[in-house]
Order: sequence, then structure tokens, then C-alpha cells
Amino acid sequence: MDTVQLIIDNKPIVVKKGITILEAAASAGIHIPTLCHMKLEDLNIENKPGGCRICVVEVKGRRNLAPACCTEVADGMEINSHSIRVINARQTVLELILSDHPADCLICAKSGKCDLQDLAHNMGIREIHYKGEQSTYREDTSPAIIRDVDKCIMCRRCEMMCNEVQTVGVLSAINRGFTAVVAPAFEMNLDHSVCTYCGQCVAVCPTGALTEVDQTSHVIKALSDPTKTVVVQTAPAVRAALGEMFGMEPGTLVTGKLVAALRRLGFDYVFDTDFAADLTIMEEGTELLNRLTRFLNGDKDVNLPILTSCCPAWVKFFEHQFPQLKDIPSTARSPQQMFGSIAKSYFAEKMKISREDLVVVSIMPCVAKKYECGRDEFKVNGNPDVDYAITTRELAGLITLANINFNRLPDEEFDLPLGESSGAGVIFGTTGGVIEAAVRTAYELHTKKPLPRIDFTELRGMDGIRQATIDFGGFPLNIGIAHGLGNARRLLEKIESGESEFHAIEIMSCPGGCIGGGGQPYHHGDVEVLKKRQKAIYREDSMKKIRKSHENPYIIQLYEEYLGKPMSEKAHHLLHTAYFDRT
Amino acid sequence: MPKIKLAESTVKIIKDVCARFNNSEGELINVLHTVQHKLGYLPAEVQEVIAKELNTSVAKVYGVVTFYSYFSMIPKGEFPISICMGTACYVRGAEQVLSEFKRQLKVEVGESTSDGKFSLNCLRCVGACGLAPVVMIGEKVFGRVAPTQVKQIIAEYREGCSSEKAKSA
Ligand code: SF4
Ligand code: SF4
Ligand code: SF4
Ligand code: FES
Repeated sequence: MDTVQLIIDNKPIVVKKGITILEAAASAGIHIPTLCHMKLEDLNIENKPGGCRICVVEVKGRRNLAPACCTEVADGMEINSHSIRVINARQTVLELILSDHPADCLICAKSGKCDLQDLAHNMGIREIHYKGEQSTYREDTSPAIIRDVDKCIMCRRCEMMCNEVQTVGVLSAINRGFTAVVAPAFEMNLDHSVCTYCGQCVAVCPTGALTEVDQTSHVIKALSDPTKTVVVQTAPAVRAALGEMFGMEPGTLVTGKLVAALRRLGFDYVFDTDFAADLTIMEEGTELLNRLTRFLNGDKDVNLPILTSCCPAWVKFFEHQFPQLKDIPSTARSPQQMFGSIAKSYFAEKMKISREDLVVVSIMPCVAKKYECGRDEFKVNGNPDVDYAITTRELAGLITLANINFNRLPDEEFDLPLGESSGAGVIFGTTGGVIEAAVRTAYELHTKKPLPRIDFTELRGMDGIRQATIDFGGFPLNIGIAHGLGNARRLLEKIESGESEFHAIEIMSCPGGCIGGGGQPYHHGDVEVLKKRQKAIYREDSMKKIRKSHENPYIIQLYEEYLGKPMSEKAHHLLHTAYFDRT
Repeated sequence: MPKIKLAESTVKIIKDVCARFNNSEGELINVLHTVQHKLGYLPAEVQEVIAKELNTSVAKVYGVVTFYSYFSMIPKGEFPISICMGTACYVRGAEQVLSEFKRQLKVEVGESTSDGKFSLNCLRCVGACGLAPVVMIGEKVFGRVAPTQVKQIIAEYREGCSSEKAKSA
């Protein structure tokens, strides 16, 4: 490996050739502030426009200060990362940025989590010396995301996410100079665009320019209405991240505290989306087996590969971009929607509560789920199966608002029957998890033999596209996995051109899967956070008594008492859906 | 924005231009330039075709169209008015001239009057700094324009065309 020697803040270091000053400094434990730059190592995600100049450093022998995030190291470089000249320059740049930024911090949704606010604090800005006109732009509200472009600092992270990573291409910088903003084509509103609501732009926006639609006030209202029974479901990825909002190490599992907090908030029943994930596996796994059996019996028209359908952003993506493939994904609804549907039928009937008096709230790592629960197919006479979907971040806000000391809560258990789940349900929260869960069940149903092993490590990991072949009792089942919509697109193009040999494919919109969802605590560009959440998910799975969806006793009971068999008519009606051409 | 449906022949023109530039995203500016030259302007529907042909997003195409003042999304007026906003012209009051044109014509920069007669645009330096501030109408250059003259200039063109109509009648 080629190396270079350099000195940074009087410290001699040896680093790999070709890396940036920013990376070299980080390897020596020196933090250089950044704003526009963001890099998610291992996921191939990098934003490096070199535009904001917050990261400038002094390089001996150079006349101009150099932006550390996009200047390569060279042999013999002498760098000062915090000379008076550097500090002055950074403060000036920051003041200029702030001069065209509303001073809304006190009431901004991003307050306390905003990179710009942090910088202003760390750089000791107490006054803005540059007064001038501030650019203004209309606010754009969609079912899931709010664009408040006045707070945009043109770092263009969202643009990179939407175009390069997700290949959706909704957001682009438009106009120039003072009137420049990031916007959809022809400045249309997000809800008219092909936006998938994946929320990855929200996940990386350093300011309050992009945020989720906050529905906590509706939830509070429902909770304080004595005529309503309010049930809550929590998605798998939430338990592996919520602790971060209360100062815990990333990767801390807070399942028990999460349940306790929801009970303290006043939810009448605290249930688990993992239960619905088990149900999804029953339906989707059966659908996979049906298609596979037809295929093995020589049926040429069968739609293979089967694609997973639990991610609403992915669903909206193919509805816009690949409508010709809309018969290939599983028709199984997502766990969120299966839960809502079962809660407002099976559970409501059992408890003798009318659908209108039952409010279903979901806690999701996701902003697309807000859009999903508003889709017309998921309503009965205008009443939605899921009333409100709030993010992990919004839940943390609620817990704080209610004065609950999260860290000191005891561990409590989910309520029954919709709170019991298997380890297979838990791993839905990470890329590779849905398909592993499906394999665990489909294998046993297909071969009628117990699994020789439960962990399918070949399906795990963080590579954007993965593939593995699993021996299905003599039949080699080819599995594909993609996370990030750009990777999904690459796989879909292979299916379209007929190169794909896959039988089943899992697709998740967010890099890392739901652990990296747009509604999770902000990772601030640190990919380690995602990896730790992923580990936590697998840890929770390995601690579960039941590891396979079809062994969940309450799932068995649900079929016995109510649904009959997977893919039965009733199951079809309550748990499956159809897709639409949105071009 | 009202949708217009592009004629087959227009779509073919756009596709041909894209093909000439190997349908390469890197040639976006050249493609836009050539298409605008052929069609006069770049409405949304045209940008959509270009995005598709070059395999890029409409947002990106729109981003480039709005970045360069040269590109226009509306048909040019019969008399396209361009006001130089180069440094020399700016210093000598081009901005006041511009706002007078806006006031008289009741349009913003980049728009056309409802009768399609005039469109208003800004240019970067046209290299006639000696004549600053400079206004161009079609190919004709007006030098040292004062805001007070604007009304008169517009009137000349208005009358000009009505008298021409009268002549041809
Ligand atoms: S939510 Fe996803 S698709 Fe929509 S603008 Fe943001 S990154 Fe693009
Ligand atoms: S909206 Fe946010 S992420 Fe996008 S450019 Fe503006 S500040 Fe950056
Ligand atoms: S991957 Fe998960 S968090 Fe991301 S959009 Fe899909 S369902 Fe939501
Ligand atoms: S962080 Fe380096 S230029 Fe913005």
C-alpha cells in the first residue's frame, strides 16, 4: 500500500495515499468541522461538492486555505487545522450562511439535532455581521415530508441521495445565486412528483429544510379522548435505535423500555409490528411456495422472481418507474398494514370495539409509512386501518413531552395477542432480514423437515446487492437482496433483460434497510451507527425463544380462529393488495 | 402548468438532437442549446423527452435550464427584449431600466406579454460596454438607455407592427 507522510497540528502521521486531509485528520483523532460533506463508508455514499468551505485548513506553502474534505494528502504536507486564520475563515463562511438563514432555532423541528446549529454553537457565533435580504420560498407539504427551503444551505446532500443513491431523481439544484434552491422539476410540489417518500433526503439534511410531517399532536389528541381505544404497534428497527435519542450507545436494545414508555404514554394496548411481520411471512412465504411449485411443475407463465413488498417507498418506486413489473412483487401488504387490518377486524371484533372507536398508531423508522397508511386501498369506508404513523424521532419527542425518564424505565412485555413475535419478525428491520425470515418458514413448509440451521449468514451484511443460493431440499433457490433504490433498479433491470436467475428478491429502500430509515435518529454521516443497529437486531433475534414465524403460537391461533389458511379468501381480503401504474 | 402535447415531429426533432450527441448525459447543455435553437424555447414537455433520451432525471434537466439565463421555458415574444446586466451596464443603471420594462410590460424576467409581442430577458455582458446601459430588441442594439426612454421604445415597436399590419392589409 502506498503511503504518504505529513504533519497535522504538529503531529507527524503516515496515511494511505489518495485519502483526503479530512480523513487523514480523523485517523489522527483530529476533528475538522464539516457541513456539506458526508460519507457513509461501506455503502458507497459520499457527498463531496466542496461547496460550503467550513472545512478549510491551512496548508504550509499554499496561498489559499484548502477545503479538507476534497483536498488529497501529499507527501510532506504541513497542515494546521485550527490556526487563527482558519478559525476566522470558518466563522466568516458560517456567518455568511447564517445571514441567509431564518433564525428560527427556538421553534424549528430540527433544533437540537441540527448540524448548522451545532456548528454555530461550536464556532462561537454570537453575532451575524452580514445583514442582507433573505431568500424566501413557499413551504411544500406532502403526506410525509415537509420542504421548508428557506432553511436550505445548498449542501446538496439530498440531491445526491435522491439521484445517485436512490436514482429517483426528484430533487435537483435549480436557479443560480441568491434564488438557487433544491426542488423537484418545474418546482412542482413533492406530492405531484415521483418521490417515493423514502425519506433519505430527510435523513441526511443537515438543517430543518427537510423534515417529516409531525403527527404527534394527533396522537396526543387520540390518547386523551376517553371514547377511543388506542393501540400501538412498533416496528422492529425502532427498538434498536430509540435509545440513541436518550443518550444511549448506538446498538442498545431498548425493547422493554419502549413498551414501558408506550404504556406510560397511555396506549391501551402495546403491540408489536413484529407479530405482523410473522404474519407477512406466512402470506408471502406461502405465495413464494405456490409460485415455486407451479414453476417446478413446468408452468411457464408463473411470475418469478417474487419480490418482497413490505417497503412502501419501494412499492411507490416500482409503481412509477417499473409499472410493467407490477405483477411480480408479492401481493402481501406490509407488516404495518397487516397489523392495522387485523387490529381493526380480528382484534376489534374480539374486544367488541367498533372500528371507528379504535385508533391504531404505529411507531415506524420510516417516513414513507405516513404516506402508506393514507393510501385508499388501506381504508374501509374512509376509515384507515392505521390512523397515524409516527417516526422513532417523533416518539422520542412524545416521551420527552410526557416527562418520562426513559433511561430509568423498567423492562416490560408487549400485550397479547398481537404482541407476540418470533426472531424472524425482528430481523425485518435490517436488509436481508425479510428474506431470511421467509426462508426459515418456506424451507420447513416446502421440505416438511426442520431447518438444519436457523442463521443464514450468507444473506446478511451491508453490501448493496447480495446473492446467495440456498438448498431447498434439493432445489437450489437463488436469492437476491438489494437495499437502496439505486441497487434495486440495477436488479430490476436484470430481471427485465431476462438475465436474472433469481427466484426471490428482497428490496428495501433505505441503505441498511429500516435500521437506516428516514425516521430514525439522525446518523450524522456515521455508518457505524447503522452497523451497530444491525448487530442489535440480530442479537434480539438470537435471544428469542421462537425463531420462525410459523411457530408463533398467536399466529397459529389467528389462522385457526379467524383466517383459515394463508392465502385463504379472508386472508386475501385482509392481508393482500394490488399495485397501480402511476406513470 | 398546462400540459401541451408535443407533435410527433417535434419529438422526432428532439430525439434526433439527443442521438447526435450520443444520448450522453454529459452533453446535456449542448443538447439543450441545440433544441432551443430549433424550437425556440424549452417547455416542460420538451425537457421530459430530453431527460428520457439522456437517461437522466427531469429535475436535473430543469436544474440546468434554470441555471443558465440563456435557456427559456416560454416562447420568445415577437420582439425579444434583452437587457445587459454586465458590470458596466449594471453600474450605469441597467437595473432601473429593467424595472421600467417590467412595469411597462407587466411581465417578469423570463416571461412574455399576453399578446406574445414582447418577452423580457437579462443577458450577461454583450461586449458593448461603451454604450452602457445596453438594451437589445431582436438584433437591434439600443445604447445609453435611460428609464425615461423605455415607454417610447416600447411604443415604437407597438406602432411599428400595427403600421406594418396596416401596410400589408
Ligand atoms: S423522499 Fe426519497 S425519493 Fe423523495 S425526494 Fe427524498 S430522497 Fe428523493
Ligand atoms: S434541503 Fe437540506 S440536504 Fe438538501 S441542499 Fe438544502 S440543506 Fe442540504
Ligand atoms: S426501508 Fe424501511 S424505513 Fe426505509 S422506506 Fe422502506 S420501510 Fe421505510
Ligand atoms: S465540508 Fe468541505 S466544503 Fe463543505
